[in-house]
Amino acid sequence: MDFTELIEMIESSPSGQANSAPKSAGDKKPEPPSAIIGSSISRVDGPLKTTGTARYASDYHLPRMVYAVPVCATISNGVILSLDTSKAESMPGVLHVMRHENIAPLFRTSPGGARSGRTSESRPPLDDNSVYYWGQYVALAVAETFQQAQSAAEAVKVTYQSSKPNVSTKLDETIPATGQPGGPHVESTRGKPQEAFDAAPIKLDATYVTPAETHNPMEMHATVADWQHSETGGDKVILYESSQGIVNHANVMAQHLGIPRENVQIVSKFIGSGFGCKLFPWPHSALAATASRKLGRPVKLTLSRKMMFSNVGHRPLTQQRMRLATDSQGKLVSLQQDYRNHTSHVDDIRENCGEATPFLYSVPNLQVTSALMKRNVGTPTPMRGPGAVPGLFALESAVDELAIQLKMDPVQFRLNHDTLIDEEKNKPFSSRHLKECLELGCDKFGWSKRTPAVGSMRKGDLILGWGVACASWGAGRGNSEAVVALRADGTARVSSGTQDPGTGTYTVVAQILSDKTGIPTDRIEVVLGDSSLVPGPMSGGSTATASVIPSVAEAARQAIQAVCVNAVRARTSPFFGKDPTTLAMTNGRIHAKGDKPETGTPFQDILRMASVAAAVGEGKTGPAASENKAAADHSMHSFGAQFVEVEWDPGIARLRVSRVVSVVDGGRILNKKTATNQMAGAVVMGVGMGLFEETIYDPRNGHAVNDNFADYIVPTIADMPQIDVHFLDIPDPFIGEYGARGIGEIGLAGVAPAITAAVYHATGVRVRQLPVRIEDLLTTA
Amino acid sequence: MDAFQFSRATTVSQAVQSGSGSQTSQQGADVRFVAGGTTLIDLMKLRVERPRIVVDINGLPLDKVEPTPSGGLAVGALVRNADLAQHPTVKQSYTVLSEALLSGASPQLRNMATTGGNLLQRTRCVYFRDTAHACNKREPGTGCSAIDGHNRMLAILGTSAECIATNPSDMNVALTALEATIQIQGVKGPRSVPIHDFFLLPGSTPQRENVLEPGDLITGVTLPPPVPGTRSLYLKLRDRAAYEFALASAAIVIKAPGGRVEYARVALGGVGTRPWRSLEAEKALVGRPASPASFRHAAEMALKDAHPHSENGFKVELAKRCIVRALTTATV
Ligand SMILES: Cc1cc2nc3c(=O)[nH]c(=O)nc-3n(C[C@H](O)[C@H](O)[C@H](O)COP(=O)(O)OP(=O)(O)OC[C@H]3O[C@@H](n4cnc5c(N)ncnc54)[C@H](O)[C@@H]3O)c2cc1C
Ligand code: SF4
Repeated sequence: MDFTELIEMIESSPSGQANSAPKSAGDKKPEPPSAIIGSSISRVDGPLKTTGTARYASDYHLPRMVYAVPVCATISNGVILSLDTSKAESMPGVLHVMRHENIAPLFRTSPGGARSGRTSESRPPLDDNSVYYWGQYVALAVAETFQQAQSAAEAVKVTYQSSKPNVSTKLDETIPATGQPGGPHVESTRGKPQEAFDAAPIKLDATYVTPAETHNPMEMHATVADWQHSETGGDKVILYESSQGIVNHANVMAQHLGIPRENVQIVSKFIGSGFGCKLFPWPHSALAATASRKLGRPVKLTLSRKMMFSNVGHRPLTQQRMRLATDSQGKLVSLQQDYRNHTSHVDDIRENCGEATPFLYSVPNLQVTSALMKRNVGTPTPMRGPGAVPGLFALESAVDELAIQLKMDPVQFRLNHDTLIDEEKNKPFSSRHLKECLELGCDKFGWSKRTPAVGSMRKGDLILGWGVACASWGAGRGNSEAVVALRADGTARVSSGTQDPGTGTYTVVAQILSDKTGIPTDRIEVVLGDSSLVPGPMSGGSTATASVIPSVAEAARQAIQAVCVNAVRARTSPFFGKDPTTLAMTNGRIHAKGDKPETGTPFQDILRMASVAAAVGEGKTGPAASENKAAADHSMHSFGAQFVEVEWDPGIARLRVSRVVSVVDGGRILNKKTATNQMAGAVVMGVGMGLFEETIYDPRNGHAVNDNFADYIVPTIADMPQIDVHFLDIPDPFIGEYGARGIGEIGLAGVAPAITAAVYHATGVRVRQLPVRIEDLLTTA
Repeated sequence: MDAFQFSRATTVSQAVQSGSGSQTSQQGADVRFVAGGTTLIDLMKLRVERPRIVVDINGLPLDKVEPTPSGGLAVGALVRNADLAQHPTVKQSYTVLSEALLSGASPQLRNMATTGGNLLQRTRCVYFRDTAHACNKREPGTGCSAIDGHNRMLAILGTSAECIATNPSDMNVALTALEATIQIQGVKGPRSVPIHDFFLLPGSTPQRENVLEPGDLITGVTLPPPVPGTRSLYLKLRDRAAYEFALASAAIVIKAPGGRVEYARVALGGVGTRPWRSLEAEKALVGRPASPASFRHAAEMALKDAHPHSENGFKVELAKRCIVRALTTATV
């Protein structure tokens, strides 16, 4: 399956049908939200995390649990000739060694159909004797203790017939021309880009490269599988997972294991982040489930950091040729992006680098093409801002280079090409304020003090470089269900089968319910992370918040209606016999519409008068267009601008990012604190992308040789720039009643190109291949 | 990690006795002392070290920093890196050592790491640390995966056709510039080895990294009295700002009254197969003006025998700049 447009996929996911009727564009605006929306309340799950009480997947210790450790291939292309498990099997505590020959039953997932689900690596684990990438699982040792399982895994003797692997970082192989079979795929096209390019007086033709990057969330992937055999045939399995998509995970596992969907339960209460590598299930999950099925005991399988580099995806290497041309006035006349990315031998994964290219700037002639190059690496998977992030590195770098060529301020060049129409779809943007992002950023950063000449700005003995880049990420929402119970003890419970990957979903859901009911968040219980709840959205593509909040709001409205019905039916209620539609709930009190809320009766009193435990409401919502038809006539994206300052010490070739201003137009911001947190985190990730991160595959054997945190370097506290985050906080009128688009990815998109722009400004060296390394800069000064 | 026997030594002689049963004290040792454990345990988990017996030496009375009769400083083998870095005498009179220690690893690691353990820390060559690859240092005769592989971090000085691994320690570079002496207690009694003679070049036996024999326990390190009128400093260049090994580093002890160099010690880190004393640079400095030109000349001399590989050619220039900057800073 081609994985290109995360958001389109989420919007078209088949589960559930909206129960809120679509409104026409003319419907009157909803009430403005209460003060809790946009406030900076702390995470409701914060104390659980800071006290170590929050349980992550590998924290589950079940009675009679045993441990599984995979055996990983030490070649990246070839076949297994022999796999000798005899020594391992005779070791103390060893219960089972699983391999291709004895893994059955384990099935492939079926494409299409209801509840089909999406897996990461389409080849199920231990499917045959082939090896496609270094580290691929070739066997699994299961033992009473972790140490015994590890020793057993080490004792499994594997011989291979190895062929020469291809992990080349040059994606230059000859392929048929665009349009020919096997040639590049045209992603977007308009006008006559090549003719316009050929005829233009000012041109840029440059190729940009972004390396394979590994997600490396702090929490390792882990599965605790608890298979419960049933005499009557209805076997069940509970999988404790670290999953950004529990509903999809359950769908996939039901198919892999060949059991009914309702007999699979995924629990993922807390996630030590994912950045995309926990969106879709990876083979270890099926391995753990199968081991538990065979042994009739719970099985824990935790990946090592080393395995995190080979077995759970990565951002693929991209190579992007950018051709831009302007007329003599500096007006963009042609934009072409021809990109390639590597993918695995078992899956075709397209890294949608043209995500933002067709609409970010106004240009009459444009084409984006893509092609895939097979390498002996694991299957790539979305990583924060998939496609857009490497794509914008190329686009924004090219724009910076072109502006310099034109002797034009790079901010001005961008402002000159701002557009409120998506020229690809020919639709107006739902809410685009890129211009305001740039203007506010200039103001906060002090851009007007910039002198354009290379090396012209100083701070003591250091040279300063200033750079800027724009960011964009699509917005959308998908199906979601939620249940709200207003309870007779004055508390409320809200539940949905979504999950909180550490971004603050628990908190935002509590805020929405509090906004709708007036119940303070400390009396709201939020239950997420369990696939036995009503299905909620996946935490990916920055869509989870936008998707889940309408369903929570709808469920809250219905629960409130249920309280009102109780209020008119309970004999002792002050509203007995009234028409329930004349009542409202404000600050937790039921009152007649038009009356002051203080005159009302607390909802819990009404429920007690009616002798009911809880008034329950259910919300089922879908894409924005299911609520507001006009949404379909608009192009929905978030925008942003990132400004970067670097300090350059040429004498010792030392470069550090010293200051970043990040301005984001992400619609309404629901929680300033968690949102700022996301943006600041994205800046840190951007510094890593710009200066440090690269998964290095040894060309001789395909091993990612820097597969640990000492050799795959990421920023430390000492590398932290001063970070200044600003939100425009302008509600999007089309995405839903709160106007919140989602901000998970956008904060990263412009950081790396702004860094390389600043590096050029400081050093005169244009780095077109990330990361920027000392050796790139050493030639100067 | 493989199963092993664990014991605690209560006296130095007991530790020496336990160690003496080992086949070797170098790569492949079947008996290992454990101090802070930050190198040893790490390598045991990776199965690069597979001792049969691990002897905990943390109970030995080797954790003092004391002045020597001649005015130097005796540092016990078990003094933690964090404590040594903050020791008032070290901060004041052996600044280069304090700075080098503080530039290494992380606070947590420095709290555990010991003087003896730091001296003996192993290379960070990725192939040495992964048993899936050939490595002459780990398994003599199997070949060197780094020479034609990922060698960006590896050495450009003192390399051989068999091994190009860097000695990664920062502390060792400072100790080299300070001309420290390593105190060893062996089966045949105590002995002292100047640091310059302690580490071996890889040659055709990269598995042998130093002069230690089975049973040899490092009891401490002695620093000579500080040379009056000198200034010392440590400059470390690396990709990120903290918690990373050096691409190139320089430890400098220098005296340049009136702008003329009278005394200089120059040692380099991150570029040599052992902590790299540059007698060439020192010779080029002494008697010359403390000027950019002579600093650059000294740096050229220090790197004149550099032999870079596919990915680490940039270290030649980087090391030179590191020397120049360190000398400049130490003489302003
Ligand atoms: C992530 C990481 C980052 C690091 N970064 C840096 C860095 O930037 N710069 C730097 O310099 N270092 C760095 N280090 C290395 C660190 O300094 C060493 O691991 C530490 O100094 C070793 O000391 P230890 O006491 O823990 O040694 P141990 O692990 O206990 O011992 C190491 C070796 O020395 C032997 N040994 C220990 N004491 C004695 C003794 N008294 N006599 C004889 N043999 C003995 C042991 O048998 C073992 O073989 C880093 C380490 C890690 C894990
Ligand atoms: S450089 Fe030395 S340590 Fe590294 S692989 Fe070669 S022999 Fe082994």
